[in-house]
Amino acid sequence: MSGFPILTLMLAVPAVAAVACLFANAQAARWIALIATLVDFALGIVLWANFQVGPDAPQWQFVEYAALFGKPEGVNIAWAMGIDGYALMLIMLSVFLMPICIGASWQAIEKRVPEYMAAMLATELLMIGTFAAQDIFLFYFFFEGGLIPMFLIIGIWGGANRIYASYKFFLYTLLGSLVMLIAMLYMAMDAGTSSIPALMAHDFPAQVQTWLWLAFFASFAVKMPMWPVHTWLPDAHVQAPTAGSVILAGVLLKLGGYGFLRFSLPMFPEASAQLMWLVFALSCVAVVYTSLVALVQSDMKKLIAYSSVAHMAIVTMGLFAFNEQGIDGAMMVMLGHGLVSGALFLCVGVIYDRLHTREIDRYGGLAINMPRYATLFLLFTMASVGLPGTSNFVGEFLGLAGVYKVSTLTALIGTTGIILGAAYMLWLFRRVVWGDLTKDDVRAMPDLSLREIALLGPIAAAVLWMGVYPDSFLKPMQADTARLVERLSRAAPAGDSKPTPGHPAAPKHGDAHGEAPAHGGAH
Amino acid sequence: MDYSTQLLMSLPELVLAVGAILLMLVAAWGGQASTRLVSWTSVAVLVGAGIALAGPASAGGEAFGGLYRADMFAAFAKVLIFAAAAVSILIAPRFFQRTSGDDLRPEYPVLILLSAAGMGIMVSAGDLLTLYVGLELQSLAAYVLASFMRRDTRSAEAGLKYFVLGALASGILLYGISLVYGFSGTTLFDGIADAYAGGRSIGLMFGLVFVFAGLAFKMSAVPFHMWTPDVYEGAPTPVTAFFASAPKVAALALAVRVAIEAMGPALHDWRQIVIFAALASILLGAVAAIGQNNIKRLLAYSSINNVGFALIGLAAGTERGVAGVLVYLTIYVVMTLGSFLVVLQMRNAEGEQVETIASLSGMSRTRPGLALALAIFMFSLAGIPPLFGFYAKFAVFEAAVAAGLFPLAVVGIAASTIGAFYYLKIVKTMYFDDPAPAFEGRTDLVEGGLIVLTAAFVSPLGYLLIPVLGAWTTLAAKALF
Repeated sequence: MSGFPILTLMLAVPAVAAVACLFANAQAARWIALIATLVDFALGIVLWANFQVGPDAPQWQFVEYAALFGKPEGVNIAWAMGIDGYALMLIMLSVFLMPICIGASWQAIEKRVPEYMAAMLATELLMIGTFAAQDIFLFYFFFEGGLIPMFLIIGIWGGANRIYASYKFFLYTLLGSLVMLIAMLYMAMDAGTSSIPALMAHDFPAQVQTWLWLAFFASFAVKMPMWPVHTWLPDAHVQAPTAGSVILAGVLLKLGGYGFLRFSLPMFPEASAQLMWLVFALSCVAVVYTSLVALVQSDMKKLIAYSSVAHMAIVTMGLFAFNEQGIDGAMMVMLGHGLVSGALFLCVGVIYDRLHTREIDRYGGLAINMPRYATLFLLFTMASVGLPGTSNFVGEFLGLAGVYKVSTLTALIGTTGIILGAAYMLWLFRRVVWGDLTKDDVRAMPDLSLREIALLGPIAAAVLWMGVYPDSFLKPMQADTARLVERLSRAAPAGDSKPTPGHPAAPKHGDAHGEAPAHGGAH
Repeated sequence: MDYSTQLLMSLPELVLAVGAILLMLVAAWGGQASTRLVSWTSVAVLVGAGIALAGPASAGGEAFGGLYRADMFAAFAKVLIFAAAAVSILIAPRFFQRTSGDDLRPEYPVLILLSAAGMGIMVSAGDLLTLYVGLELQSLAAYVLASFMRRDTRSAEAGLKYFVLGALASGILLYGISLVYGFSGTTLFDGIADAYAGGRSIGLMFGLVFVFAGLAFKMSAVPFHMWTPDVYEGAPTPVTAFFASAPKVAALALAVRVAIEAMGPALHDWRQIVIFAALASILLGAVAAIGQNNIKRLLAYSSINNVGFALIGLAAGTERGVAGVLVYLTIYVVMTLGSFLVVLQMRNAEGEQVETIASLSGMSRTRPGLALALAIFMFSLAGIPPLFGFYAKFAVFEAAVAAGLFPLAVVGIAASTIGAFYYLKIVKTMYFDDPAPAFEGRTDLVEGGLIVLTAAFVSPLGYLLIPVLGAWTTLAAKALF
């Protein structure tokens, strides 16, 4: 596969399809979008199948480079593409969810379908570009560009309060990102390159790192979103059409975590260690506060939106744990949450399409007339809670185990989030699906159609796959995590849990050997 | 250097001046009937002047004893000026078709030619007096253009306001020039630079402040921006498009040349002025635009806002900064002309021009192509990637960061969020709101073609031009150092 620009091809497919959609009628646009996203998914599988794993595998694969935008002097933007394990997994998540999103909009979107499909395809292009970019400005280009199609999706096809939500989404995330651009310009000048792999190896002076870290934090914390800059998310989610919510929760929220992983941690290890307390403090507040807020929501989408904030807090905790479990766990939570929250929004979308309300109280007893729906919804609810055997369990367990090594208190508070998560998710499920079927209009709702099963089924399979055999997903990332931990080791904080390996039964004779139990294996 | 070589160096202005005078004669004898002929010939004259740039006009160096400079910097600015002027002539005929009683007259293209000649002299000035003569030639033509619709009170008001305030600004500038001359003993840029390098004096400092104040008026930077919204609103739309593009380029290029060539040694003194003007323009341009409901006024504030960003490149005071200003101006001119081209298509059922933002409501459904074009221009003006307007901001902020002006860069870029708000408002009106009555009239071939061309330039395709643009602007910037 070497030499073939598969990443550029993955960008070109939605780009061409988006333009084609604008000139097509509604039904043709639907098919164009579906085929394009499926082609991209197929290319994603090719990508994964050809991704080399193992000790000899290069860190960056499918590398492309073209100095398309070079000028004679100063900072340049280059068309540099390439992925490591993290990027691969997140690209897979994007291309997996996109056809499902198109399918979810098949009937739900009735007006201005060609424009809608074009906007969705543009979103896909910009998401893949963000993960695949190897030039810091190219990353910014895609990262920021993603605002435009999402703004239109929320604003044109959203709910009643869509205009407020779209403005808030756009301006919040824009303000966060702009300061990051200044930091990027400084970095590119200081290091003399805008290549992300080179910058990941560049050592910035410690006092500068703090400022740069804060600039990046401003952007990624909003994208993540972290408390207290999360308020755009519930608004955006509630107003966005179902597929928009799926993309927002499934992939766009992962941009923040990816940013921390790609920039903040490897480029500014000292600053990351120095400001770890800030991340932990905000994450702790987020876990408890947003979980409690989720408990009192009467709108299903809002509830899931707040639960996203809580889950993302576990991601930030894990990322800043500076150890393998934490980082791997954070990635797994991101992937798992991408699938599960996407599926939950689809589940909400299914009943919203039938009754056109998201009020929890308007439903009840769905298990009686929609058994297939109830089963799938239960699976995703359990996955969201973090039941062993589902995707989120793996991530949350690893992440919190990693955090425990560094800060026991943070791990303690983080774990309460799981308990609270169980509370609000199970209560939601109880109110919507269980109980008596008392309302006539609810009784009239038909069970899942084939199309809806085709949308939710693959996600359910992936959730179980991740829960039962997470190694498939962890393996491509292992080498990257090892490199990252190695890079961070010089700044890694001591940690307060002080885990000590268990002592083997003390030998009766030979005190000299008993001196060093930690080296027991060396004998 | 013999005289003919020197004339050759100033060939573009000669072409324009001679062309303008001849065409004026044609207009005088041909009358109203010659409008079409004069218009197209004027465009040809502008193209000819542009071609003349290829010769010694772009590489000749100093001419007429240092009064005039024919370098890459001037040539680059002139390309933008001539192109913007040509577009302003091309878009006029359709606009004046429906203005009751005020037809397009052959004087219109002639005035634009004269103004363009003045601007050419401005950006080539090597002496304060050349500067002033060029500036006045440009301004006088512009005052007349602003009130070109004689029966329209708003247009007349715009012309008068522009004239009175412009005269005041000219006075301020002249006062500054006289101070600089009095304390340095010369009006040549090189001599003035020596005087500033020789040490500070209160007179030179005052001269610098007044010169910058006069120039700030011409480029409508805060706090000398007050005339802009009224003049932009009142002037006929093709004239507004002209004001927002060519004279801006000329004034900014002139300011860059004066700042670097004449007052370069006083960098730390004028940098404070430029930084203040830049941030104030960005902030005021952004905040004041929010409440506007007339699209031309909104674009006026947008132009103030954009001048602020361009000045950030000047504040850096480096070669890279100058190149950044030129990149910014290039992209800005295209975005602005594109926006005004769309504004020109806004006509109600009677064929009259409408200017309210509310009339854009739901345009994405009534005129999807036009709405897409305007959305591209708005997102681009807001500096959102993947549109090319992002690269304009990138270029100036790159220079500011390289010069170590971090607070300026951070505040400036954060303030662009405020600007994004009102650009989004236009997109929201077109895409989210329910349709208002559709605009009437088809877009003709020339205007449609120009819209497509400008939209393609600011679309992501524009990034492919960066190597060319980068090479030229770098060469142009080197000419000043």
